[in-house]
Amino acid sequence: MLVPLPRPTPESPTLEDPRLSDVDEWGRSEHMRELARTLYDPVYRHWFRAEWEGLEKIPVEGGALLVANHAAALPSDAPVIMHGIETELQRRVYGLADHLFKAVPVVGTLWSRVGGVAAHPENAYRLLREQQQLVLVFPEGSKGPGKLYEERYKLRRFGRGGFVEIAMRAGVPVVPIAVVGAEESMPIVAKLPGLARTLGLPYAPITANMLLLGPLGGLIYLPAKFRLRVLDPIRFDVPPDQDRYSKSRIMDEAESIRVQLQETLYDMLRNRRSVWFG
Amino acid sequence: MGRRVLITGLQSFWGGRVAQALEGNPDVDVIVGLDTDEPTLPLERTEFVRADQSYSILSRIVRATQVDTILHTFLVVDSTRVSSRTLHEQNVIGTMNLLAAAGASGSSVRHVVVKSSTLVYGSSWQDPVWFREELPRVAPAQSRVERSLVEVESYLRDFAEDNPHVTVTLLRFANVLGTDISTPITRALQLPLVPCVFGFDPMIQFVEEDDVVRAIEFVTNAGLPGVYNVAGDGRLPWSEVAAICGKRLAPLPPTGTSLAAAAMAPLGVELPPELLDLLRYGRGVDNRRLKQAGFDYRYTSAGAVASFAQAVRLRRTVGSPRPSYRYEQDVEQFFRHSPAVIRDPAGT
Repeated sequence: MLVPLPRPTPESPTLEDPRLSDVDEWGRSEHMRELARTLYDPVYRHWFRAEWEGLEKIPVEGGALLVANHAAALPSDAPVIMHGIETELQRRVYGLADHLFKAVPVVGTLWSRVGGVAAHPENAYRLLREQQQLVLVFPEGSKGPGKLYEERYKLRRFGRGGFVEIAMRAGVPVVPIAVVGAEESMPIVAKLPGLARTLGLPYAPITANMLLLGPLGGLIYLPAKFRLRVLDPIRFDVPPDQDRYSKSRIMDEAESIRVQLQETLYDMLRNRRSVWFG
Repeated sequence: MGRRVLITGLQSFWGGRVAQALEGNPDVDVIVGLDTDEPTLPLERTEFVRADQSYSILSRIVRATQVDTILHTFLVVDSTRVSSRTLHEQNVIGTMNLLAAAGASGSSVRHVVVKSSTLVYGSSWQDPVWFREELPRVAPAQSRVERSLVEVESYLRDFAEDNPHVTVTLLRFANVLGTDISTPITRALQLPLVPCVFGFDPMIQFVEEDDVVRAIEFVTNAGLPGVYNVAGDGRLPWSEVAAICGKRLAPLPPTGTSLAAAAMAPLGVELPPELLDLLRYGRGVDNRRLKQAGFDYRYTSAGAVASFAQAVRLRRTVGSPRPSYRYEQDVEQFFRHSPAVIRDPAGT
């Protein structure tokens, strides 16, 4: 049986693609992103006063999986990380978030337009391996933001290490980022599990913001000082594109990254004199 | 020894066009078409046989004509066109009869091409952005048309396994846009206000009419086995699709959308459940496998929308540019069988 050979690409002409907007295949629009950056910049610089350490460790080109600890009832760390990297390094960041976002009207579409992508392994593979993009993921999942204030900065289990498998299969390094400040920007003082179950949410929080600012507290963050430290990239010496990787190796690596992040957080907290001023 | 081709659904939008495309191919000796109604396009050498919905006559025709290729374009993908019982009858029972005829002992059939749809992937919030051919659907099919297509594909898989001497090609086409086709999406895009779901602006992928016919021709000539997604490059947001067509959007409520859609039905707005899902979450399929096999697309998704918008503008001003065709039994029989007609050796 003859195997059909692919025709060489120079023959295929570039097709006319009469687009009116700049929304790319992931739903991300550079225009919306610019608008978001302009609107968010004051929050980044003057409210959270984010300071980075080790930004030069993020690769200038090629794909990388950025992993960070996750906090705040309505997570404030993702926009800070994405804004910081985009403005300082001029590299775009795609944020992987739970599929749940896609099911929510308005918010889901906005999140998609500013670079949010559903956390499906197929999506991650394509972004990292084929398009060599920076992808941000929070291995704690919703367990991170769901922590009560008294459990702050104690990292939850990093799932089953799926993020390590994604990085291995895509052949990209993992770059851990430790974030201090998100926990105090919207701390959860109590949770309502019954309400969460009824609404189908991962958690239904009562935050300090709500107690201080009333119903608006659901949207306004406390001005905690953000410090972000980028750790050395971790490269796995395994070949990419394999069907399966050793599960025990994956779990070991995931745990070691968690421990590294945890140690870094303790170090940063030891040197933090004030929650609001750093 | 040329090919002998049987096309199901000759009256359908695709059957007639595929037959026209094959008529120009000198390698194809015989073209026979089946449908419940007469063809709507002028055909030169395709024989038309009238059948019932479930194609019970198919095995007799296959035996009698000894066709080696069956192009199954008869699958109903537009659930607004037929009742749900007809949908099931035509899709499931029709395909069962077709596969039984093709797989019967002594059958001469060596290639079966089925025109399916990316509807089999469904449209849900848990989907990956791009569906490769191997990926399964995320949730079981809910709407009737999706269920029937999934069932048809499973029969096809079983048939391919049981009959290794037959090349089975399954083509999954994305939503089609073009100059002539009429689907719920094209009808929605011609309303004064295009419906959408409030708060959702999904990314949708299209394939152009001409690329559909060319793809079927391509896999038939090349004899390619396997499953292929057929869709244009890129996806675009629904709001942009409406903008290219020069229309504005009218939102449906995000909860109770199907109730709102049902309320619009008396106004002539048909929004079947699978379309409502699509307008919420969109769908993307990876089209690289067919490209790697050597097929060149002529239109991207945006190109298909532009082609449709241009055709609508033309139709609005001068009406349909093509004269309508009526099938006359006596005339067609004369052209095909009368000794008075001189057959042009080059193939008219």
